[in-house]
Amino acid sequence: MLSRRIIPCLDVRDGHVVKGVRFRDHVVMGEIVELALRYRDEGADELVFYDITASPEGRSVDRGWVERVARVIDIPFCVAGGIGSVDEARAVLHAGADKISVNSPALERPALIDELAAAFGVQCVVVGIDSLRDADGEWRVRQYTGDPAKTQALPRRTLDWMVEAQRRGAGEIVLNCMGSDGVRRGYDLEQLSAARALCRVPLVASGGAGEPRHFRDAFVEADVDGALAASVFHSGAIAIPALKRYLQAEGVQVRNE
Amino acid sequence: MVVLVDAGGTNIGSVRYALQRLGADAALTADAAAIRAADKVILPGVGAAGPGMARLRELGLVDVLRSLEQPVLGVCLGMQLLCAHSEESDTECLGLIPAPVRRFVEAPGLRVPHMGWNGLSIRRKHPLLAGLDDGEQAYFVHSYAVPVGDWTLATADYGGAFSAVIAHGNFHGMQFHPERSAAVGARLLKNFLEL
Repeated sequence: MLSRRIIPCLDVRDGHVVKGVRFRDHVVMGEIVELALRYRDEGADELVFYDITASPEGRSVDRGWVERVARVIDIPFCVAGGIGSVDEARAVLHAGADKISVNSPALERPALIDELAAAFGVQCVVVGIDSLRDADGEWRVRQYTGDPAKTQALPRRTLDWMVEAQRRGAGEIVLNCMGSDGVRRGYDLEQLSAARALCRVPLVASGGAGEPRHFRDAFVEADVDGALAASVFHSGAIAIPALKRYLQAEGVQVRNE
Repeated sequence: MVVLVDAGGTNIGSVRYALQRLGADAALTADAAAIRAADKVILPGVGAAGPGMARLRELGLVDVLRSLEQPVLGVCLGMQLLCAHSEESDTECLGLIPAPVRRFVEAPGLRVPHMGWNGLSIRRKHPLLAGLDDGEQAYFVHSYAVPVGDWTLATADYGGAFSAVIAHGNFHGMQFHPERSAAVGARLLKNFLEL
């Protein structure tokens, strides 16, 4: 039986892992390889690295640390940040990443998703979606969220974009619910459930984990395949082994080493 | 000496690093003589069956791979390429393991690609599985799979059992990514190196 995945997310800026609250005010949490190894040892199922300033700065991800991580890590990891072409994606995959995740560049040019899927297969292609509920009640996507000064609200509805991304060849969707990000009050179950109903590929919840019950709710109530979190893991507020024991007791299938 | 067949698979670096962690320095090569001379040959691969076979043909490696008598391991797409035929773009594969490759059929709760950690069930004792316990998990990411047959050493379950580890003569395959399957993957790769 397929296990639900626990995925620590490491936001990378200038070679360090950082964390902000509601995508602002970043503080340094630690070194990339050191944190990656720590999470691997604690039983993380997968890691995601976001080079959060790559897209706003108009550059692709720095491959140096991708290769350093690939040498030491024996669990899968995904890299995101400013990947805007097949060549850039190839460089990151060849440096050792298992998957690449595209967000802002795919919004700029949706055909990028088709091109990546054709070149590498859908299983390598993750589409990240940053989503916020607008005053009219609709969830819409945001672009360039790595830098608050450059973040843009787009007219595109989140669920429409998710369906289009799948049609173009997304092999996995990471839905980052910005309204709940960093405030630890739980994943946005309403939005995730709405997404799940339209998502035929693996769906990963992002934004809002504060306690073990939030993970359980995302898996059981929104039926997501993976749950991504950052600050609760970086701070030690939630230890992955204890989280997995709790989930197992709640009847959620997880991997134990 | 272990060689990794450099046929354009994007996971080739990861497989190489995994072997290095086991103390084996595998050479990346597309050279027929180097492949023939190796003690062990690994065919990694991420991508699609059609382009994968096309690449092997371009490199002139189809007959080379078919002629090998030393232990050969295909990983993920590499395993599928060792089989007879893939439904993916109706591709004729190397035919070294007499198995078909079929697409997972989507169903409610059954998302394709099959992505994540899934348990292994041992079907047949084999040195490749030495030290593996039933139920230990490996990391999968694929949309096509080999059904259960005479070639099956271990299965996993995703809407029904499919082949997770296969072997036929000196040809072996792992559908999951041993290079990304933590201690379980390391043990299986080590077993292959010791065949």
